[in-house]
Amino acid sequence: MAEKTYLQAISDGLRQEMRRDQRVFVLGEDVGVYGGAFKVTDGFQAEFGHWRVLDMPLSETAIVAGATGAALMGMRPVAEMQFADFVSCAWDHLVTVAAKQHYRAGTPIPIVLRLPSGGGFSGGPFHSQNPESLFAHIPGLKVVCPATPEDAKGLLVTAIEDANPVLFFEHKHLYRRIKGEVPEERYSTPFGKARIHRDGDDIVVITWGAMVYTAAEAAEIVAADDISVEVMDLRTLIPWDREAVLASARRTSKVLVLHEDTRTGGFGAEIAATVAEEAFEYLDGPVKRIAAPDSPVPFSPPLEQAYLPQIDDVVAGLRELAAY
Amino acid sequence: MAVREAEPVGSLQEMHDVGLDREDLLGIFRSMLTARGIEERGHILYKQGKIPGSFYTGRGNEASAVGVATAMGPDDVGCPLQRDMGVHITRGVEPWRIFAQYMGRADGPTQGRDGNVHLGDARLGLHAMVSHLPAMLPVAVGMGLAFRIREERRVAVAWCGEGAAARGDAHEGMNLAGVRRLPVVFVIDNNQWAYSTPAHLGHAVDHLADRAAAYGFEGVVVDGTDVLAVYREAKHAIEKAREGGGPTLIESVTLRMEGHAVHDDASYVPREMFEEWGKRDPVERYRTWLRDNAQMTDAEEGEVTAGVKKLLNDSLQRAEESPLPDPATLLDGVFATQDELDTPHHK
Repeated sequence: MAEKTYLQAISDGLRQEMRRDQRVFVLGEDVGVYGGAFKVTDGFQAEFGHWRVLDMPLSETAIVAGATGAALMGMRPVAEMQFADFVSCAWDHLVTVAAKQHYRAGTPIPIVLRLPSGGGFSGGPFHSQNPESLFAHIPGLKVVCPATPEDAKGLLVTAIEDANPVLFFEHKHLYRRIKGEVPEERYSTPFGKARIHRDGDDIVVITWGAMVYTAAEAAEIVAADDISVEVMDLRTLIPWDREAVLASARRTSKVLVLHEDTRTGGFGAEIAATVAEEAFEYLDGPVKRIAAPDSPVPFSPPLEQAYLPQIDDVVAGLRELAAY
Repeated sequence: MAVREAEPVGSLQEMHDVGLDREDLLGIFRSMLTARGIEERGHILYKQGKIPGSFYTGRGNEASAVGVATAMGPDDVGCPLQRDMGVHITRGVEPWRIFAQYMGRADGPTQGRDGNVHLGDARLGLHAMVSHLPAMLPVAVGMGLAFRIREERRVAVAWCGEGAAARGDAHEGMNLAGVRRLPVVFVIDNNQWAYSTPAHLGHAVDHLADRAAAYGFEGVVVDGTDVLAVYREAKHAIEKAREGGGPTLIESVTLRMEGHAVHDDASYVPREMFEEWGKRDPVERYRTWLRDNAQMTDAEEGEVTAGVKKLLNDSLQRAEESPLPDPATLLDGVFATQDELDTPHHK
């Protein structure tokens, strides 16, 4: 085991898969010579050649549609959107073609879309979004949101092996900030299995991506008040670990759902509704949601800070729930 | 830069020279009659209330579809559209499965999950279209990309109508294919009407094939009612792509001889236009050519016609015997499973 950043773990996982499977190739904007805007594919073109690491025209539609066509011919494309925000340009090809082709025509579309997402560094309205819930709503797509370096590698391997279109949301704020032990060997992390990031008994916080760390820090703060908080990292939204969520809800009796995406129609709403439907009688308080407000992601630091859920917001939410 | 306008096809010798023997020529006739016959019977099924939803035909486009599909090699692939019944027939999709698809039966290629001409058969290299035209065009480009990466001598055919050519994915797909010189042949079926919108409100260039120059490859305009001219141009383009010569854009000009779909009486199309193009009906035109140039006898013509009639009768009966899908299967196949990746097209 070696300590790696979240970014290195993604890069290692992708490189390993490309070395063991000739069908895996990378396509995206600036992924070749430049190694990607965030350098995830740095050095890949030198190792694998320019037909397996393809610098594409500024054409998100052609990137996703091209990946779909190549997958239909037996390849395992890993496409990069330079920023998750730009996937909007390829919406039609993900939602209309890739998501529905197997259901209609019986042909699997094993593609992975890597999506650098999330805010926290003044990326503004077009380089900071977390559009995971939009795609979680589309039957036929899988949605993955790793929080740790170990998961980032293991979930990417699973995503490449998966027979379906997988949206792999990489939180940009974790790329270089988060380090952890990552096995050198190949391993895969299953979809649909939540991870307990921190143990606790009084309240469970259900979250994913960068908010796992926000939740953990808030949990440390309220621990001083003798409030014991479990932090559950969902890891994947489609499929999501309903059993683990419901088990923790029943055990702790209090649930806080936290996400960086905006509130209305966010995936937290689905979790809250499921807990209300299936664990209502175990609850000792309302299911609480903390999320970004329903606005575009603002650019200027004080505005962005007000937009993103902060540790203090989570602390306040936890105290409120504890007192209920 | 003006594009090349393809010559009409003349003699039998000329067709021999581009790889078609007399048996092939009769086969083309059979495919065109079958494609038309399926859609004529589809109209009857629709009026009988046996087809849920709407019903689309490609009357007038039989030559274009059969001509291109005949030029494709066995390992070539493509994404035909709603006027391209002739492609499915030429590549071997069985008519009874098409009727079953029309009627939403369990034995249709999509098992009742999708309707009308939204069908394909991956084993035959055909991949089912979606309604969002021309979304499958850049998908076909991706197929060509896979062939290029693996250095396989295979070609992908990407279809598009003149209406859908206005959309951004047509541009992105063609641009990418041009940049990487991918083995892709683009076929724009210009039937002059996008639903009720005439071609001049869809594009400003004289010929859609003119756009090829902007993507760095060749464009050609062909009379889409002349099946052999379409075949010759498609064959040339496909073999050129196979040899590493990059894409070609073929604009095949026809007239959509019926409404956009069965509910549409096409009253917005000038009557004279139908009359003029009716004289160039692709099936009749080819039948005449076969009699004049390939000495098709009455007996041969009768045999083809009777064979098609019997095929369609038997197919219709078999389709009507196909069960409706079981509602219990509703959720089957939303996600693919790992073992499905071992199917031949994923090798």
